[in-house]
Amino acid sequence: MSDVAALPNGWQLIVGLEVHVELATKTKMFSASANRFGDEPNTNIDPVTLGLPGALPVLNQHAIELAMRIGLALNCKVQPCTFHRKNYFYPDLPKAYQITQYDNPLNVDGHLMLPGEVRIGIERAHLEEDTGKSTHFGGSSGRIHGSDYSLIDFNRAGVPLVEIVSRPDIRTSEQARQYVAELRSILLAVGASDAKMEEGSMRCDVNVSVHKPGTPFGTRCEIKNVNSIRSVGRAIDYESRRQVDLIESGGTIRQETRHWDDSTGRTETLRTKEDADDYRYFLEPDLVPLIPDPEWIEAVRAALPILPAARRLALAELCGVDKDGESALVVVERGQDDYVGAVISAGGDPRRAVIYVQQAFAEQGATPKVPAKDLAALTILERDAKVTSTQAKTLLTDLIEAGGGDVLAMAAKRGFETLDTSAVEEMVDAAIAAEPGAWQKYCNGEDKALGALVGAVMKSSKGKADGKVITALLQSKKNS
Amino acid sequence: MAEKISQETVVKVSRLARLSLTSDEAEKMTSQLAGMLEHFRDIDALDLADVEPMTQPYPLKNVLRKDVEAPSLDRQEVLGQAPATESGRFRVPPTIGFDV
Amino acid sequence: MQKLVEIASGVSNGSLSASAVVEQHLARIDVRESEIHAFNLVTADQARLDAAKVDADVKSGKKVGALAGVPIAVKDNMCTRGVETTCSSKILQGWKPPYDATVVTKLRAAGAIIIGKTNLDEFAMGSSTENSAFGPTKNPHDISRVPGGSSGGSAAAVAAGFAAASLGSDTGGSIRQPAALCGVVGVKPTYGVVSRYGLVAFASSLDQIGPFTCDVRDAATLLEVISGHDPLDSTSIPQPAPSLVSVLEHGVAGMRIGRVTDLPEGCEADVLERLESAFDALRSAGATIVDIKLPSIQYCLTAYYLIAPAEASSNLARYDGVRYGNRVDAADLNSMYAATREAGFGEEVKRRIMLGTYALSAGYYDAYYGKALKVRRLISDDFARAYQSVDTILTPTSPSVAFEFGSKTDNPLAMYLCDVFTIPTNLAGHPAMSVPFGTGAHSMPVGVQVLAPTLGEQAMFKVAAELERAS
Repeated sequence: MSDVAALPNGWQLIVGLEVHVELATKTKMFSASANRFGDEPNTNIDPVTLGLPGALPVLNQHAIELAMRIGLALNCKVQPCTFHRKNYFYPDLPKAYQITQYDNPLNVDGHLMLPGEVRIGIERAHLEEDTGKSTHFGGSSGRIHGSDYSLIDFNRAGVPLVEIVSRPDIRTSEQARQYVAELRSILLAVGASDAKMEEGSMRCDVNVSVHKPGTPFGTRCEIKNVNSIRSVGRAIDYESRRQVDLIESGGTIRQETRHWDDSTGRTETLRTKEDADDYRYFLEPDLVPLIPDPEWIEAVRAALPILPAARRLALAELCGVDKDGESALVVVERGQDDYVGAVISAGGDPRRAVIYVQQAFAEQGATPKVPAKDLAALTILERDAKVTSTQAKTLLTDLIEAGGGDVLAMAAKRGFETLDTSAVEEMVDAAIAAEPGAWQKYCNGEDKALGALVGAVMKSSKGKADGKVITALLQSKKNS
Repeated sequence: MAEKISQETVVKVSRLARLSLTSDEAEKMTSQLAGMLEHFRDIDALDLADVEPMTQPYPLKNVLRKDVEAPSLDRQEVLGQAPATESGRFRVPPTIGFDV
Repeated sequence: MQKLVEIASGVSNGSLSASAVVEQHLARIDVRESEIHAFNLVTADQARLDAAKVDADVKSGKKVGALAGVPIAVKDNMCTRGVETTCSSKILQGWKPPYDATVVTKLRAAGAIIIGKTNLDEFAMGSSTENSAFGPTKNPHDISRVPGGSSGGSAAAVAAGFAAASLGSDTGGSIRQPAALCGVVGVKPTYGVVSRYGLVAFASSLDQIGPFTCDVRDAATLLEVISGHDPLDSTSIPQPAPSLVSVLEHGVAGMRIGRVTDLPEGCEADVLERLESAFDALRSAGATIVDIKLPSIQYCLTAYYLIAPAEASSNLARYDGVRYGNRVDAADLNSMYAATREAGFGEEVKRRIMLGTYALSAGYYDAYYGKALKVRRLISDDFARAYQSVDTILTPTSPSVAFEFGSKTDNPLAMYLCDVFTIPTNLAGHPAMSVPFGTGAHSMPVGVQVLAPTLGEQAMFKVAAELERAS
């Protein structure tokens, strides 16, 4: 994670995010046509998907439950809601209106916590339908601009979406990245979406403005086509600098939609506010209100899994690591925190357990093959200095390759004979006798001299003694 | 209620509705719409402040369906009804300008 | 004219051949359709095949449906799989839907024979069928006069004996007004009783499908078949189809019939005279006539002509030349849209799209559409109050008998006034039906309209049956 220089001259960045996620349903928002990525074009279509004359929408119950899960996981109020038509013409929008939620969305007034107890408000998380997919052909760029024609695939049309709108509470690009990452891990945890930014099942629009603290927010620009967490940070850094440079050189910011180009690392104008359509929102007469009763909401809440933040906290407390640190983050994201708990229950050393899993279990998934008791045995072996940390790493690799096994036997097979402390102590005494000059210097406080003494013991133990044990022995002898 | 509809507004509305009116048509449309809107001023006299808008003729709520897949329409049958297609997709002319 | 119930019972007991019935109707079509133009398409070949299948089923002892062998015409705004469905619009000319409307599925399941797709005002917008892109339908009683609209083709097809019954759609009177003008029975059920799935939408919160028949019993029989809950329509009422045929002989003794004392003005004397006779007939049969007021219905035209075009402007936006229907090619997308819609839609459709787009657009929504929804509430409240003291209400269906072609085409508002008695029930979502009740000026048929509250179809049919006995 690169830290980006703050904006110059006291400028403050203000960011709000609109994140669209496709829900992990079997069928579409309003019809029984399949919701499946990657199929042949126009093979998941029905009268509703295509907006055929006479077709009518019917709400997908599972989509609503997934949207409620998202709302509840984001601490939103789940409320009675309605659906509206947003009218505009575009070839990938079959009915020439999108069914969405307008003044009464399903989820409102939530929040999400970032590291350092930073609270980002969630204004709303509402249901809507996705559009089809246009591909532009001909012209020079392959972009929409200057193409010769476009081809439309409606497989994606009508796929259920939840749009999660944050409040403008984000102040750094790093926070924006954390927000998207945290949101993604929540979506995965509650099973609402596969949240693959590269496949477009999670998409970010970023609203950026700058101002001087104590003055009103500046005019904002909306940046589209931000397709990775890394791009979120880059796009914000670029856009905020552009706005500051423009203002400081006497210009003014226009409210507009801008396109992020990942290859050039720049944003450019897509359309200005003046071109904006008048969407003529009105209540969708083909649908009736959705009024989730309290029992339904509570049933969905009760079925929610423990969320990533709570799991990180529990893991951090169990293992004595930082809850916002890399190991807690990574292990919980992989869903391996229960496994770490099992290792500790089997008598394993908590700190070593979480770090082993973080460092060596990237490919293992939520249920690693290595039995918890075997990994526990290895952490104890290392903790008790029966093997060196270097040897422990080797044994860990062996353990993963074999999918488990008797760690003592593996150590023996490697020739990692266990040296007890008394044997090491004899060698330490021998080393002091052999290197009196070094010993004298060490006793006088020259820590550099320690290396020669440790090296001598290592040499005589043929690398089987633990460096930490040797150092501890020398230390105690010096102090006695 | 709003002021009398102007031809400029009529032209703007026709763009929103993707109808291209010639200036003669726009003129005729303006006078017809103005006549109707004049007639519709009869409701201006009503006190509607405390009236709840009626959006549903029959009060239903929570009409839901199970998340069960049904077969797709046949692509050939569907594309056979389209004005222009290519490689299993619907073909449209290019978008000019940034008016998306 | 052969009744639907006679055909269905004859065919199912083997005393009538469905094929022979279909041939009789096709023969009448052969003789008069060229002057009437009730149909956009006569599906003679398929009708013959379907009839032969029904006859074979009867012969082999298979159980056949309640409409076995009955030739039925379907308004050309209901989807029929593989059979052209045009809405009498150039923009959809040639379109063959890949699916059947729910009502069409129900007709087929009941053994009905679909004999053709009937003409209408383009996208059901009009009161005379003069707005059809394929030319008007003529009134079988006098071909210099309109059949009414928008379901003019469906009304004329039954009046001319081209079909034993037909289906129409009613957004502001499009079943009842042509039924009155053509001298047949026409029913607009409670909103949500008949599925709208597969009905090409005009105004979604007002549209409802219903039957045209020669008499009240046929209407009750056909409505029982096509109604009932449909999971494909979110606004479909989750209740079984009402039992209607069973109440037709109940009479009206003890029923309270409302007479609206503040009816909108403009109704012709001949029509009002028939309405008074209808009240007399019901009184003689033991009903009580109760005076009621519906003060807000004078605003129904305004509410309707803001709400219906607003919904229509959105419903008709999908005709963009991309997925189906016709396209006018152009160099860029927006030019293609505009050229396609300019060439594909007729004048009245464009007018309503413009009106509706305007009523919904930023800065005007509250003044027009928002206000209209509130007026809709007032009208609905008026009815609710009235139905505390009456079971049904009787009004004229249309202010006049069938008028001559061209007499209202230059003045959209004059045409809109044809619906002044039918619109209020669409706004309220209530059922209403038109029953022929004698003739008026020029010996043309007059209809009276029976109104009832939500799901009050049984009371409505009792009154309609009594009026039929008295006429």
